[in-house]
Amino acid sequence: MRRRLELTLLLGPALLLFTGFVLVPIAVAAYYSLYDWQGFGALTDFVGLGNYWDVLGGAVFQGAVGHNLVIVVLSLVVQLPVSVAIALLLNRKLRGRAALRLIVFAPYVLSEATTAVIWLLILQPGGFVDQALTVLGLHGAIHQWLADPQVVLLTLFAVITWKYLGFGIILLLAGLQGIPRELLEAAALDGASSWQAVRRVVLPLLGPTIRIWIFLSVIGSLQVFDIVWIMTLGGPANASTTMATYLIDHGFKRYEFGYGSAVAVVLFIICFAFALVYQRFALRRDTEGAMG
Amino acid sequence: MLTAASLSRAPGIATRRATVRPATVVAYLAAILIVGITVVPLLFVLIGGFRTTAQVNAAPVGWPSPWVADNYTAILGAPAFWEFLWNSMVIAVIATGLAVALGSMAGFALSRYRFRGREALYGVFTIGLLFPLGVASLPLYLLLRQVGLLENPLGVALPEAAFSLPVTILILRPFMLAIPQEVEDAAVLDGASRLGFFWRILLPLSMPALSTVTVLAFVTSWNAYLLPLLVFNDQSHFTLPLGVATFQSQYSQDTARILAFTTLSMVPALAVFVLAERRIVGGLSGSVKG
Repeated sequence: MRRRLELTLLLGPALLLFTGFVLVPIAVAAYYSLYDWQGFGALTDFVGLGNYWDVLGGAVFQGAVGHNLVIVVLSLVVQLPVSVAIALLLNRKLRGRAALRLIVFAPYVLSEATTAVIWLLILQPGGFVDQALTVLGLHGAIHQWLADPQVVLLTLFAVITWKYLGFGIILLLAGLQGIPRELLEAAALDGASSWQAVRRVVLPLLGPTIRIWIFLSVIGSLQVFDIVWIMTLGGPANASTTMATYLIDHGFKRYEFGYGSAVAVVLFIICFAFALVYQRFALRRDTEGAMG
Repeated sequence: MLTAASLSRAPGIATRRATVRPATVVAYLAAILIVGITVVPLLFVLIGGFRTTAQVNAAPVGWPSPWVADNYTAILGAPAFWEFLWNSMVIAVIATGLAVALGSMAGFALSRYRFRGREALYGVFTIGLLFPLGVASLPLYLLLRQVGLLENPLGVALPEAAFSLPVTILILRPFMLAIPQEVEDAAVLDGASRLGFFWRILLPLSMPALSTVTVLAFVTSWNAYLLPLLVFNDQSHFTLPLGVATFQSQYSQDTARILAFTTLSMVPALAVFVLAERRIVGGLSGSVKG
């Protein structure tokens, strides 16, 4: 049938590429994870779920999971309110609004590698940040930003925020622009104060956008690699390890491909589980119309 | 009672008033703060490149005195930077071309044809959104090694294209769905085949969405770090992000030169961004509004 031929032609290449380079590696990772394997020769050392026990029971990996969770929580508790507040503030007719949008979004376009190097240079002891704090009279707030285990994760979070806050703001601005003026005018007519209008009208209508923001933010926080790897390599002393840096460090660098695959599968399951649960409970309402 | 005062207190509504609202002042202050925090690090790197390392060591922060262009000229004069640039370009073009071509074909099939399992297939592609490249990186590396694609630009471009398919299809399909059936019927009446309709009418009509996914795929590929890190050991094959990170660790003593190198590596991305900003932001807005 002509139609079937057309469909094959249209869908085939994409499916082939996708299956080959995305689906197959994931499946293969699950397979490799059941073996002790250094990456050469045949797979002979079957360990079943042994790798998984080692992964989940290891202190460093547990620490890594904790660090990822800290980043997730911080992004929800710090980045989200700040982004919403800034988006609300910037939604007015300000002069130079277009240029502002451009500038705010710019860090998103830079590679994480470039961002990491820039901040490495700025955060050096006695460097730009330290000097700026001194000038502002905040000399006591100076820390060893990347060398102090207590502080390093927060430092990394700050860098991540610098890079991605603009993206979130633009996303929220887009959502805000979808709110009809008439609703806000009606609220004002009803005597609502600014704050009440925000709470009762704007925020609920911004809900779908916020939920998308949360989804992207959590997934991103669970997978963070580039910035951490370049700035601290997970150090000092594993104080900033993430699941992804652990994967590359212990799986790849040490040629423990079976073990590394187990870490990969665990990371995948965590992301997948979150996505499934989130899709079902938080996004169901939002996508009902779109999926129909 | 509706007055100009009560109306202008509603968030997001601007009215022409002679006096300045406090919220507007806060907005401008916030804007200045945000611009400052965003731009100052970039300026620091840019201007720092015009100093010598001696200057930097003497005073980590400060204006160049004198302004020295040596760092920039040395980097631009040496092959390394251009090699990185070229490698990034080749890979990004291949990855983007593949992702957009295959993605638009798949998007067309998933939007203008009806067949059993269509939604399930769409779901399979969107599930790809959840896969961090990091999860697949290890087996991907082994796969590439097995088929001999290590140290090969295709070894990076092909997986990047594959991982860009979900976002591409996610953005293109609703757009193509929205094109009215009448347009397609008219084309058929004029004797065009389904594929002819795709090529001559649907694609041109989808230009806004196509440019958005093109820019997104290009930027994603351009900025990729992990995959090139695993695939390339030979420095002459490095892409720009890889080059920046390596340069920083190799020349860690020559701070001024690193500043210059980093600045130069930002130029292509920022240039593309300034030219394509409306597409990226517009595409995002479009997806948000559904």
